[in-house]
Amino acid sequence: MRTPEEIYEMLKNQFSDSILEFESELPVEKFINVSPSQIHSVSKYLKDHLDLQFDCLMCLSGTDDNNDEKTTDEDGNETVVPGTLSVYYNLHSIKYNHKVNLRVKVQKDKPEVESVENIWKTANWHEREAFDMIGIKFLNHPDLRRILMPEDWEEGSHPLRKDYENPEFYQGMKVPY
Amino acid sequence: MGILDKEFAEGNVVVAKAEDLLNWARLSSIWQLSFGLACCAIEMMATSASHYDFDRFGVMPRPSPRQADAIIISGTVTLKMATRIKRLYEQMPDPKYIISMGSCSNCGGPYWEHGYHVLKGVDRVIPVDVYVPGCPPRPEALLEGLLKLQEKIRNESMRKKNANA
Repeated sequence: MRTPEEIYEMLKNQFSDSILEFESELPVEKFINVSPSQIHSVSKYLKDHLDLQFDCLMCLSGTDDNNDEKTTDEDGNETVVPGTLSVYYNLHSIKYNHKVNLRVKVQKDKPEVESVENIWKTANWHEREAFDMIGIKFLNHPDLRRILMPEDWEEGSHPLRKDYENPEFYQGMKVPY
Repeated sequence: MGILDKEFAEGNVVVAKAEDLLNWARLSSIWQLSFGLACCAIEMMATSASHYDFDRFGVMPRPSPRQADAIIISGTVTLKMATRIKRLYEQMPDPKYIISMGSCSNCGGPYWEHGYHVLKGVDRVIPVDVYVPGCPPRPEALLEGLLKLQEKIRNESMRKKNANA
């Protein structure tokens, strides 16, 4: 059994640049920031390393970090600098009973993260949900379709984005109250 | 106004208007589509079970819309489901009745403001006969809704549906 700090050190030694900071000050579970292009190899390492064996992806969630920056110039024109979206991975090793959390942060205007579907099959539907609700594109996902919203829901419309606005009508049915 | 309280001319003979007879037959065996959506469906199932015994009013679930007289919309109607509900309703033969059960299917319920996926009232896609309030309604409330529906059917006319309702 290893603590998140020890796992962070192992990852840092193995991957150096693609492992970003270790967040332990927040009043939530500690997590390790990973760069979006490396999440697949980091996950593979975590699963295959004999002393780690993270064989269970407990959850994978997409979030909107709610950090768009709005500025208004003197003419009253509003400009929005898009913020970030995040994907959180909660891993558990059944053999060693240790846990670790990873987080990948991507820019809202290019929300592309590598899929971990071929490492943990569980990720398939979780990634589809993160895509459906938040709009994160998982590269190399075998079947990235909407999972909850109707298939013909407006392209590029993801309801759990903070700047989401509901359409007036869906298939002729009025949506607002 | 029951059908059996009319005077008997002799034994084993009931005098009634054809209209009353038809309505009585109709309201005494409302077969509901076996269909549930959310937590209200649990209450609906409890109503069907032995303690509340929906069957004593002639209500029993039918697995096919082609054999159903009524549909109880028991739960949150999502936009995705609304199109399916509409199709189920269209597959039912006339005369057909709809009971909207619970706040969600009445008006969107707790999802009225932020429910991006919820239809704010099933009456936006199909015509509702009886609304049962509650979240979820107790079985007694659903039974009362059924009695209201029976009252409505009892007053129907052959020439025109819902004559006096």
